[in-house]
Amino acid sequence: MASYTLGIAGNPNCGKTTMFNALTGARQHVANWPGVTVEKKVGHIEARGHSLELVDLPGTYSLTAYTQEELVARNFLVDERPEVVIDVMNADALERNLYLAVQIMELGVPLVLGLNMMDEVRKSGKAIDSARLSKLTGCAVVETVARNESGTRELLDAALALAEEKKGAWSPLNISYGPDLDPVLDEMTRMITEENFLTDRVPARWTGIKYLERDEDVVIKGRLANTALSDKLEAMAKEVGAHTQKTLNAQPDALIADHRYGFIAGMIKDVVSYPVLDEDRISRSDQMDKVLTHTVLGPLIMLGIIYLIYKVTFSVGEIPMGWLEMFFGWLGDTATNILPEGHLRSLVVSGIIDGVGGVLGFVPLIMFMFLMISALEDSGYIARMAYMLDRIFKIFGLHGTSVLPFIVSGGIAGGCAVPGVMATRTLRSPKEKLATLFVTPYMTCGAKVPVFLMLTAAFFPENSATVMLGITLTAWAMALIVARILRSTVIRGESTPFVMELPPYRMPTLRGVLIHTWERTWEYAKKAGTVILGISILIWAMMTFPQLPQERLDHYAQLRAAAQTEEQTTEIDNSEAEEAVRNTIAGRIGTALEPVSELAGFNWRVNIALTGGFAAKEVIVSTLATAYSLGELDVEEAQPLSERLVKDPQFTVASAIALIVFTMLYAPCFVTVVTMARESSWSWAAFSVVGSTTLAFAMAILSYHVAGAFL
Amino acid sequence: MGNSICLRKAKVNQKLKILTVSAEGELGRRIRDLGLIPGTECKVIGKAPLKDPVALRLKDFTLTLRNSEADHITVTPLED
Repeated sequence: MASYTLGIAGNPNCGKTTMFNALTGARQHVANWPGVTVEKKVGHIEARGHSLELVDLPGTYSLTAYTQEELVARNFLVDERPEVVIDVMNADALERNLYLAVQIMELGVPLVLGLNMMDEVRKSGKAIDSARLSKLTGCAVVETVARNESGTRELLDAALALAEEKKGAWSPLNISYGPDLDPVLDEMTRMITEENFLTDRVPARWTGIKYLERDEDVVIKGRLANTALSDKLEAMAKEVGAHTQKTLNAQPDALIADHRYGFIAGMIKDVVSYPVLDEDRISRSDQMDKVLTHTVLGPLIMLGIIYLIYKVTFSVGEIPMGWLEMFFGWLGDTATNILPEGHLRSLVVSGIIDGVGGVLGFVPLIMFMFLMISALEDSGYIARMAYMLDRIFKIFGLHGTSVLPFIVSGGIAGGCAVPGVMATRTLRSPKEKLATLFVTPYMTCGAKVPVFLMLTAAFFPENSATVMLGITLTAWAMALIVARILRSTVIRGESTPFVMELPPYRMPTLRGVLIHTWERTWEYAKKAGTVILGISILIWAMMTFPQLPQERLDHYAQLRAAAQTEEQTTEIDNSEAEEAVRNTIAGRIGTALEPVSELAGFNWRVNIALTGGFAAKEVIVSTLATAYSLGELDVEEAQPLSERLVKDPQFTVASAIALIVFTMLYAPCFVTVVTMARESSWSWAAFSVVGSTTLAFAMAILSYHVAGAFL
Repeated sequence: MGNSICLRKAKVNQKLKILTVSAEGELGRRIRDLGLIPGTECKVIGKAPLKDPVALRLKDFTLTLRNSEADHITVTPLED
């Protein structure tokens, strides 16, 4: 019994993930590749008495190492040296898909070609002679349809047979790159072989090609290994580059690509026969695009689809969310009954169950959101959304795909930034993704809505609907403007090219969508059990300790004993609660911040509420209520608090406006920050917390003073 | 062979053949990786609602690119 590692490579949209799922079943786990946020999927299976590790490489068109995905895929092949690579190809676009296959062959890894989507090929009337392709490429070729698992067994068998036969030996393919490059390449190969330069890992000729292509990753590794030789190779590449630029008006990397395509075209001619009189084979997809990306209809349909996603998520998702809330409510009650009164009970009920429950409560929303986004992604529609919106978003330094996270986060008031931040995965370009991540939480999420409603109801009772609309629009404007500023400062740089494939529309498979949804949901749920549990406990402690000294407690106990009426008792309870809150760490922070926060018109009570809002924006209203000593207050019915706020001479209309602005822009809630860190890095998440809060404070001060001057 | 024009100027539904791709670096590689190389036949099949980006049909698939990226590509119209 041997153990083999099989890599699964392929273009985006070629059905690679479906194939991976078909081959591994449920035995797979998802992580990130070390150091990068590219998804790593690994599955372990047994076949023919061997134990196999299947690694799903990121989808790439090439192995040029320009994107993270390409670098990950290439480094995996070079460093891990899998016994076999299965290249899953969209047989319907064989020519372009062979471009990646040829590069893998040039590296020399034993390769099996899976001609996937053969059903579409047959439907279009095209014929592929796979035996001929196998002969020309020297690779085993298996026809498959991953969606219904036809041919997947045979593909795995072919890969195993090759693994047993080759035993890890590589045999690179040599392509001619024309009269200008070939002599230089031969000379380079000779020099590289002589000095055993990097030859323990990759073929000598391959290294030469990479020097001609000016591949930074290889050149840097080369300089470290043998500076003198590397310098010589670089000089040779530069010289031949200058020559080809003069004579052919092209750099070597372009020539190399041309010759690879030439090599492929030579094979394709013998392998694929197109039906006569079949101009538009992807015609059904084309017809759909005529409507779905139409100048007027396209955007309208898109709005409809966005509205539908939104509606389904928050109306259907609300039902299981209610069950979860009930469950955690029951759990809290049970714990309250079982445990004796004291810190332990408070910790378990208020800290752990409420904290973790609050996070797990989002799970149904996330599930439904991803269910629909996955289906849209698999169907090919997301690419069209990006296509239609790219022009507008480009003005602000974003990418067409940024619209989805915006909407999900509350672009139409009431979303949630957590699935929104996770939806930035659909952005393949790192710079635009960072900018989108940063501004996405500005949207009016469901937790901010009660805050805004309470404040508008209190201070603008005449036209609260207009103010709410204004808030939503301001959020969009701020998000786009800040994105623009970020893209011209911290994450400056050319916009990522929008050279993108529009895959033909396909019916998503239920299995693919479910696996996708499950992976993302599980990843989120796992967090609730670890990091967030710790933070919940910390926040609980900050709002609980230190407690009032015994003499104060005695003082209130005496007052209570002397109280005549129910009202008096309530009043005493309230002032005790206020003093207790003010005395805790959170309360002290609130008081300490007062001299600064006064600039924006916030008193210590508001400070505590906003500090609590770092954990979750939901607590702003309830904490404010507690701090205004009204005791427990239902978030939904914020009326008494708003009356109280209006009566407070310290809290003016200007303060209310400043508070709205601050709540809109300041640090995302803790769950969002963790999610953000997972999607980018902890330092970026930290920058978002500090940067957004600073911006929020500056804007709050500005609006406080402007509003104060005019009102 | 007809005259060479910039891809940006190409009309919808016009049949084209790519003459040169002058983009270098990341953009150049992305363009070539996706199969836009000299000699390829293609057709502009649509423009986004704001006329940018454009959708381009190659023999076996469709791709999109921005007008600013199309500037690096020259094409020649093909007779039917």
